[in-house]
Amino acid sequence: MTALLTALGAAAALIAATTSDTATAAASTTLVDAQIVEVYVFLLAAFTGFQIITKVPPLLHTPLMAATNAISAISLVASIVIAGAERPLFINIMGMVAVAAATINVVGGFVITDRMLKMFKKTESPK
Amino acid sequence: MIDQQIGALFVQIAYIGASAAFILGLRGLTKPETARRGMQLAAFGMLLAIVGTLLNHEIVSYQFIIIGLVVGSAIGLPMGLLVPMTAMPQRIAVSHMFGALAVTLVGIAEFLHYRDVPGGPGVIKMTALGFETLFGALTITGSFMAFGKLQGFITGRPVTFPAQKVINAAVFFGAVGLYAALVLTQSGGSTESGLIMFAVMTVLALVIGVTLVLPIGGADMPVVVSLLNSYAGLAASATGFAIGNNILIVAGALDGASGFILSILMSKAMNRSFANVLFGAFGGEKAAVSAKSAEGLTTRSVTPEDAAMRIGYARNVIIVPGYGMAVAQAQHAVRELAELIEKRGGRVRFAIHPVAGRMPGHMNVLLAEANVPYDHLFDLDEINEEFHACDVALVLGANDVTNPAAKGDPSSPIYGMPILNVQDAEQVIVVKRGMATGFAGIENELFYLDKTSMLFGDAKSVLSQVVTEVKGL
Repeated sequence: MTALLTALGAAAALIAATTSDTATAAASTTLVDAQIVEVYVFLLAAFTGFQIITKVPPLLHTPLMAATNAISAISLVASIVIAGAERPLFINIMGMVAVAAATINVVGGFVITDRMLKMFKKTESPK
Repeated sequence: MIDQQIGALFVQIAYIGASAAFILGLRGLTKPETARRGMQLAAFGMLLAIVGTLLNHEIVSYQFIIIGLVVGSAIGLPMGLLVPMTAMPQRIAVSHMFGALAVTLVGIAEFLHYRDVPGGPGVIKMTALGFETLFGALTITGSFMAFGKLQGFITGRPVTFPAQKVINAAVFFGAVGLYAALVLTQSGGSTESGLIMFAVMTVLALVIGVTLVLPIGGADMPVVVSLLNSYAGLAASATGFAIGNNILIVAGALDGASGFILSILMSKAMNRSFANVLFGAFGGEKAAVSAKSAEGLTTRSVTPEDAAMRIGYARNVIIVPGYGMAVAQAQHAVRELAELIEKRGGRVRFAIHPVAGRMPGHMNVLLAEANVPYDHLFDLDEINEEFHACDVALVLGANDVTNPAAKGDPSSPIYGMPILNVQDAEQVIVVKRGMATGFAGIENELFYLDKTSMLFGDAKSVLSQVVTEVKGL
């Protein structure tokens, strides 16, 4: 936990230092700023993920894999926009296929993770 | 206009909530007690993100979205409910394929969309789009190949052919070269040649997926499946960069980190580098290296009755499960035997090697399904010192992970790999179908030790006999 906080703190300081730099140097290019922020988001999420996931015991590695798979089916969000936005028909249809594929992972992934986790039981204390 | 801004704000709040739910949910997975609640929280986060997205102002029609959601749920729900635990490695592999398919389609759609946008995608978005499509496409076919190998319709043996490495390298550098060219030429707006380059790159990426997994054998699957997990995550993250959506970046980074950590752990457990797993084609080449032949050595085989006598009166038993247990579906018979020993006053623990089975944590899930309490399951590090004090070590369809050559024989191909110290136990009983070598294609000295007895037969039926015999003691 302390390691996590230190990592977050360090990253936050890094952001503070660098964003003030970019704000002065590239005040006119807000587009670049927006995309730099995305890089920070990625770095912080990867840091946090790294810290948390190294603490997942080998016992739960299969559920972990099923779970992260379900979570990364968040690409459903991007698929939905493409299926429903004002685009040529064939692109909407590609979006529809993407929505279906991602939904399989969202629904199937969370259901199967729960099924697995339900099975992990401790020794029952003798009554 | 104001409505639109409030809507956009709501979408962002939903995404932030979802990100927090994902991270906290994964934190729940660090303990078995909190894991289930954590995952329910993550599922709620997903629902939040989906509902938020449906309010996106860009969406003008819902018919395709609804069809996609309904079809996906109709396939996903039965898959989630009905897939047996023994088929979990295949199911994980195939789900990487679906995830990558969604990401790749989004990448292609976005690339085509930018052809109509004046000024093009710009360097950063084009970089992200290309990365997304490249990694997405190779994960589609790579996962399909892994699925085929695990399901058994593609041979689990490594497939090699002459000049394989040269051809693979050519395809790989071709795809990467096209990717670089796309970023250099298409960022300012698409041209006709850009479309062709993009199409060829996607096809080459699909080919890479096939050639990447083809030479990798069954026992290396834990690494491959973890690696594909990582790729699927990174591709999702790239999608986030391409369309400027933070929730995709966060979720993709979490998935990427998880897959990366698991691949490293798996490689370490085999004492091999990433590169060696991916390009080594282990089983294929090493089969010829089994220099230490078994000639002149003899094994002692025992009957189930004998084995039952030894196991039944043992005080301290450690069971070492391997892929053989999964194949024979012997986990329920094992649990029955373990309960019997405990009823007779003995202690039973399970020693689980990180790469036992076909994916990370495979054995744990099978034993949990058979109602073995998780506090009986121990990691390599936790239990390795305990073999000294153990009366009987029962090796169940595991081979290479128990081979003492990994410790004592520098000429052995698996030298240096961490193994379970089964040879330290007072007696060893090995349940095995025959004397065939393990995946690495090398002899296991453990089988020829004086203290070792071989119990030949199908793990499930042999164990059922042992259980009957122990009951009659």
